[in-house]
Amino acid sequence: MQVTVSVNGEERAREIEPRLLLVHFLRDVLGLTGTHWGCDTSNCGTCVVLMDGRPVKSCTVLAASAAGHEITTVEGLERDGVLDPVQQGFHEEHGLQCGFCTPGMMLTARALLDENPNPSEAEIREAISGQICRCTGYATIVRSIRWAAEHPAAAGAAAETAGEAAP
Amino acid sequence: MQVPPQFEYERATSIEQALELLARLGPEARLLAGGHSLLPMMKLRLAAPEHLIDIDPLADELGYVREQDGELRIGAMTRHRELLDSELLRRRAAIFADAERVIADPVVRNRGTIGGALCQADPAEDLSAVCAAVGARVVIRGRDGERVVVMPEFHRGPYETAVGEAEMVTEVRIPLSPGFGSAYEKVERRVGDWAVAAAGASVRMDDGEIARAGIALAAVGAGVTSAEAEAALAGRRPSEEAFAEAARLAVEHCSPVDDQRGSAEYKRHVAGELTRRALRRATARALREEG
Amino acid sequence: MSTTEERPIGFGRLKRKEDARFIRGQGRYVDDVQLPGMLHGAVLRSPYAHARIVSIDVSAAQQHPKVHAVLTGRDLDGLGLAWMPTLSMDTQAVLATDKVRFQGQEVAFVIADDRYAARDALELIDVDYEPLPVVVNARRALDADAPVIRDDLEGKADNRIFDWEAGDRAATDAVFARADVVVSEEMLYPRVHPAPMETCGAVADYDAVEGSLTLWSTTQAPHAHRTLFALVARLPEQKIRVIAPDIGGGFGNKVGIYPGYVCAVVGSIVTGRPVKWMEDRSENLMATSFARDYVMRGSIAATRDGRILAVRVDVIADHGAFNATAQPTKYPAGFFHVFTGSYELEAAHCAVTGVYTNKAPGGVAYACSFRVTEAVYLVERMVDLLARELDADPAQLRLANLIRPDRFPYEAKTGWVYDSGDYETALRKALEMAGYEQLRAEQAERRERGELMGIGLGFFTEAVGAGPRKHMDILGLGMADAAELRVHPTGKAQLGISVQTQGQGHETTFAQIVAQELGIPPEDVEVVHGDTDRTPFGLGTYGSRSTPVSGAAAAVVARKVRDKARVVASAMLEVSADDLEWERGRWFVRGDPDQGATIQEIAMAAHGTVELPKGVEAGLDSETVYDPPNLTFPFGAYLCVVDVDPGTGKVTVRRFVAVDDCGTRINPIIIEGQVHGGLADGVGMALMELIAFDEDGNCLGGSLMDYLIPTALEVPDWETGFTVTPSPHHPIGAKGIGESATVGSPPAIVNAVVDALRPYGVRHVDMPCTPSRVWEAMQGRGAPPQ
Repeated sequence: MQVTVSVNGEERAREIEPRLLLVHFLRDVLGLTGTHWGCDTSNCGTCVVLMDGRPVKSCTVLAASAAGHEITTVEGLERDGVLDPVQQGFHEEHGLQCGFCTPGMMLTARALLDENPNPSEAEIREAISGQICRCTGYATIVRSIRWAAEHPAAAGAAAETAGEAAP
Repeated sequence: MQVPPQFEYERATSIEQALELLARLGPEARLLAGGHSLLPMMKLRLAAPEHLIDIDPLADELGYVREQDGELRIGAMTRHRELLDSELLRRRAAIFADAERVIADPVVRNRGTIGGALCQADPAEDLSAVCAAVGARVVIRGRDGERVVVMPEFHRGPYETAVGEAEMVTEVRIPLSPGFGSAYEKVERRVGDWAVAAAGASVRMDDGEIARAGIALAAVGAGVTSAEAEAALAGRRPSEEAFAEAARLAVEHCSPVDDQRGSAEYKRHVAGELTRRALRRATARALREEG
Repeated sequence: MSTTEERPIGFGRLKRKEDARFIRGQGRYVDDVQLPGMLHGAVLRSPYAHARIVSIDVSAAQQHPKVHAVLTGRDLDGLGLAWMPTLSMDTQAVLATDKVRFQGQEVAFVIADDRYAARDALELIDVDYEPLPVVVNARRALDADAPVIRDDLEGKADNRIFDWEAGDRAATDAVFARADVVVSEEMLYPRVHPAPMETCGAVADYDAVEGSLTLWSTTQAPHAHRTLFALVARLPEQKIRVIAPDIGGGFGNKVGIYPGYVCAVVGSIVTGRPVKWMEDRSENLMATSFARDYVMRGSIAATRDGRILAVRVDVIADHGAFNATAQPTKYPAGFFHVFTGSYELEAAHCAVTGVYTNKAPGGVAYACSFRVTEAVYLVERMVDLLARELDADPAQLRLANLIRPDRFPYEAKTGWVYDSGDYETALRKALEMAGYEQLRAEQAERRERGELMGIGLGFFTEAVGAGPRKHMDILGLGMADAAELRVHPTGKAQLGISVQTQGQGHETTFAQIVAQELGIPPEDVEVVHGDTDRTPFGLGTYGSRSTPVSGAAAAVVARKVRDKARVVASAMLEVSADDLEWERGRWFVRGDPDQGATIQEIAMAAHGTVELPKGVEAGLDSETVYDPPNLTFPFGAYLCVVDVDPGTGKVTVRRFVAVDDCGTRINPIIIEGQVHGGLADGVGMALMELIAFDEDGNCLGGSLMDYLIPTALEVPDWETGFTVTPSPHHPIGAKGIGESATVGSPPAIVNAVVDALRPYGVRHVDMPCTPSRVWEAMQGRGAPPQ
């Protein structure tokens, strides 16, 4: 079937099998491999993307169902070479180690801050409680999101050490 | 990762069209609402419908919580997240917020719907117990019209409901009355886990007495409601003794099993404990007119 | 050259260099590898724990229009690849030929155009099994009537794998015989799983013309894997390139070679196209390296006034259906010797019996430091049981028995020589950070009100950095690690290392080590790892060995460069090398500091035309192989506060204080991150993680719905502190840190739970302390998990 999904502000039309999961549409069809997957049962949250601004588990959404919705992936966080404060916060506060859960965590953080620009530690923990990180023990993720809350427009200036994008 | 088996995909943009498709495609067709019950089953190849009818376009039409004719009315496509955030529900039936805080996780709650949850009818599912505890009725629509059934009629057993082949749930209705209070208590091994045991309770207070009580347990092999326990409370003044008696009756009529979540013996114990706690909070809320 | 806290030249709180790609979603993990013409593999697994394979019919699967090939054990047998060696010198079936020995064992491999089709085709394979009796309980594995699992091994008539002991049995018996107080307890360290967020997988690309194989795989040890593939697949080693790209967490899960990797390689050879295989989560949990599964009976002997005299322990070690634990050859129970803990003992003895069961193979994984996890849990639970018996305060009992600083290097009763330690300082610091006295007062008040609050202590000594290579090898490969440092003419450097990051931040810390030694900014040092074509040989990252072994190699090779630079500088400055002095980044003439040359200037000159002394070659590049003289012994004092709901048995971790000592601290940000992660692991193991089986051998923890890992809501905001006691034998004084918290935290949490339940007379609860299990313990009916 033909599906058209808006991903990071761009309409992407592709011919797909109806059963294709959104996570595979993003990764395998569009090549946006920043969205990861880690389980089969909607428990790990590694595959989180934003659907109309809200975090969803893309392993449990059909690509076909995403038609007509706006999808944001980690690749859509940086705008015009300026990191999102959330991205900067994860770097500043060591909110990542292996980096596998990081895209999903950052997107949930973005959605949280859009609704609640000054979340408490408890609100942050609640917001990310559908996503598992095996490396950080979460404390630095909480601090990273707090950093982003406290620096809503700081990312561009502070991007010095995190500025070297991978080749 | 695991992937669903093949199926034909249809998209319904109206209730009528969804019902039309259901009738035309027959028993091997399933509705896809939020997908958070059905798609995991399909990935594990425990479900293999030939046709999926995606009702995502109905999210707006069937996504609402409102008060009408002395009832709370919740559209079947209302997502968990909306139930949790609803000011109206918090005020009039606080049990929903209690339960929604501990249903799955915040990301799943952004997608999963009340209709999907009730139709999945998982024995450990929370909203079935919530709806049963508050005496909810479920609106089932078919091509020939709609019928309204009470929860004990709707929920026929594990994974089985009163929804017929070419029918769909469109709304949940909760009767409102003064002096109403409700609460939900759950023990889980971890946030996002299914309940080890859970108890929902509601009371309608009248002149210092419990005029009507609703009690429903989840995950412990109980009936849709704990009718004996409800009956035991009717007409009594709230007290620890009355709650303990109701809890004892509720536990007597459940039949939990040993599994990884806990022993049957523990589940029995904790079902009683949670019933008492839920009744205490529901009563306190009723006395404060907090729903 | 200035050093600031924010932008240190050497050691310090440098933010991670590798973050740049990860925060942009530009990390490249195995499943991100896309090659032209790539096919996808899927593994058919056994639904039975023990069954004879009567027949396998793959014809329907082969006819699937998108299927390219279906491999079975018989196909592999023809290539001599149906069985492969394990890391413990046992053999393991790649695809089962005779019978299946655990649920989830690999039976067939389908290669198709895409992963959806490969998954579909699995359902078209028809296997006829004849079920056999099953043994899953390690305590029953040696019963006379237990089914023999490994009848493929010649002459094998039981399920015994090994018997191993350490310490002095007679001396220990003698001490126990005269001790005032003896306390014993049986405890299970249950089977758990590392479950990294990225599952295991590989992309194999065999080039038939060149006869070369490129393998991208989720491996913590790319060089060791290359050698093993050379030996197993009989491919020439110079034609094999193993690439471990970004790895989404390892924790020991990615040390071994799994049948899926081998199948991907064979699949690529058979189809002539690249083949990707990524396991799903159930496969990861059900078939790859689990951890622990130690049934331990411990005893502790002491004087009435609280002096600990001896510890002994008997263990049944469940290794599953194949002995595939990853540990040094001479150490079948890993470094379990450290069950002597952090205490001055008169005697100690342990005996470990390894057994086969119808469960997945593995045993050493999940940040366990080669069984130190089990050892520390045992001794720390025993000390708490002793405190209870003596009615002593657990903190005071520990303080009275910890090894004193002047006793280091300390030879423990099982032969390990602990390199350095100041245990009392660490414990006192933890008690102070926690406000121990106030906590005990609060606990007393709460108990009056019927509330259950628990305070648990744990002190650990870790043994990491395997190993001295004459004692330690894996499949004959000595556990040394190499480093090579290239210094380009502009003074920028590239460090090649043999260890492999799975999130530990090697690209940052290893650059800092070189920066510290050469005085150049860490940004100028590119760290290369995870590619056998671009890095020198070494054994990889596990058992917290990166810093102790490879970190030492990095320091040593940087010092070699510095020494060479001195010779070049002497030629540049026309003075004797003996007259040169070093300050960070620069050699200068003693007594005339203006006369000097920076590393950058020296590097240019070394590649330039300066005349060098006879026998000195141009350039500054150096390499080294580091063979550690001993393990390093990090340590720490942990304190946990829990609250237990008396009505439901639900445990909440309210606080966790961790004081760690890992010697010299290269990057405190990264160290704290490692500690945090390990503490969350500890909460998981203590409260919820469990791979259980039913009597038929069905795995009950085969998805993340059933195998529970803590979320942000089950863990507190960690309170960390540190002391610094450098390792005397490590070039920069550093010890490992990656696994300390995983090792040290479970006993602190369980001690806290048991402490909370004291009013109920509970003396022990086996992990995981789920609400149900805690409540049952409160009723006096606690039992080990199945």
